[in-house]
Amino acid sequence: MAYATKVRDWYREELAGIREAGLFKEERFIHSPQGADISVEYPVGAEGRTVINLCANNYLGLSSHPEVIEAARKGLDARGYGMSSVRFICGTQDIHRRLERQLTEFLGTEDTLLFPSCMDANAGVFEAVLGEDDVMIADRLVHASIVDGMRLCKAMTDTYKHSDMRHLESKLQEHQDRRFRLIITDGVFSMDGDIAKLDEIVALAERYDAMVFVDDSHASGFIGRTGRGTHEHCDVLGKVDIITTTLGKALGGASGGCVSGRGELVEMCRQRARPYLFSNTVAPVIVSGAIKVIELISQSTERRDKLEENTRYWREGLTAMGLDLKAGESPIVPVMLYNAKLAQDMSRDLYEEGIYVVGFFFPVVAKGQARIRTQLSAAHDRSHLDKGLAAFEKVGAKYGILGKGKREIIEAFGM
Amino acid sequence: MEELKQAIREYVIQEYLEEEDDREVTDDTPLISGGIVDSFSMVSLKRFLEKKYSIRIPDADASPEVFDSVDSIAALVARIRQG
Repeated sequence: MAYATKVRDWYREELAGIREAGLFKEERFIHSPQGADISVEYPVGAEGRTVINLCANNYLGLSSHPEVIEAARKGLDARGYGMSSVRFICGTQDIHRRLERQLTEFLGTEDTLLFPSCMDANAGVFEAVLGEDDVMIADRLVHASIVDGMRLCKAMTDTYKHSDMRHLESKLQEHQDRRFRLIITDGVFSMDGDIAKLDEIVALAERYDAMVFVDDSHASGFIGRTGRGTHEHCDVLGKVDIITTTLGKALGGASGGCVSGRGELVEMCRQRARPYLFSNTVAPVIVSGAIKVIELISQSTERRDKLEENTRYWREGLTAMGLDLKAGESPIVPVMLYNAKLAQDMSRDLYEEGIYVVGFFFPVVAKGQARIRTQLSAAHDRSHLDKGLAAFEKVGAKYGILGKGKREIIEAFGM
Repeated sequence: MEELKQAIREYVIQEYLEEEDDREVTDDTPLISGGIVDSFSMVSLKRFLEKKYSIRIPDADASPEVFDSVDSIAALVARIRQG
């Protein structure tokens, strides 16, 4: 037998090691649609309880919006459940192109191509547009999917210190001998919630003849005055050459992603990007829901405005009670705890108080940078936030960290 | 040799460590396997050495294993300089 006992034992030991290191991930079963209040079975087998969700990427609260569900349902009836094909054989419906045109208009680009996910978009885009004579210069905190995509591309790789424009400039100078230079950054960084200095990045790109790539997954739909994304926030609409983003967060939260940008680059992806060529088309039901999402957020900024107000209220509340936050203005609000066990203990106690949040620690963030990442949503109303703040105050007081800074927390709990 | 190692140490600290990062870099500190230099950024170190010592490091020699410590990088540079 190929799967011999010694093979099984090896995997069992490996898994035991992950568990002993405190890195074992377990899923919690949710028995309700995604929303501000969710019904959770945790631990497995426990009676379900309703808790406030403060860790979803449901920024605009559209994951379970009745108009989106209705549009998806109609799409299911009109265009079926699956296409049983990749895009270029017989998997492209009229609605796929319609959604791509809507995204192009919303993002202010030249063309857009849908992918099964943004992870797939990032996995395919670099290899499709760059070759071995080129260089990719990435911020050191870009998302893991970008790192994977860069690995698949033959171009030279280099990095710059997180949001350090002087360091980026020195790299652009150093790589003037390459054919093309591509600067790669997240729009909003997912762990810290800070926003890329896209105006400065674009200025450097113009000075040193480079293209700019932005993954705006944690920005599309709500960052910027009308929610176009980081390029709107930084006043460089039309100046970013490649944007990748997801339909799996603010834009309905189901799945799917895209590459949007210069027409030729998007066409290169249509011809060469392997996750586009060899993976199934996005299902009609998801495309139909996403079309409604783009319609809703193009008509009104009400939801992103509410999210902005919720973020302000939440940040002010946590700051006033003396918690140590990562500074920023996005709806990703990390409460810094530095110690992994403290982050786990506090998230467990917060769950007992009816607040669903998750502790993040190494290897998801750097060692000694453990935190609870809270995320706001337009689905939250003031009562959700007030309950959340009361719970953080109670649990923070229990561990004696209110009013304490980084040095004091590390002194009390270690790194 | 000590001067060469010192130049590599200084470059690694300035190029790869953040300002608040006070990790010590010694001659046998694991650089890549220890998470100080990621394999994507190795190119800067290679280019720095090539420029400073007017040498060309063949891609085949610039492996993550060789670039994993100041000691082994210095040995590689010394070998190439000697021809």
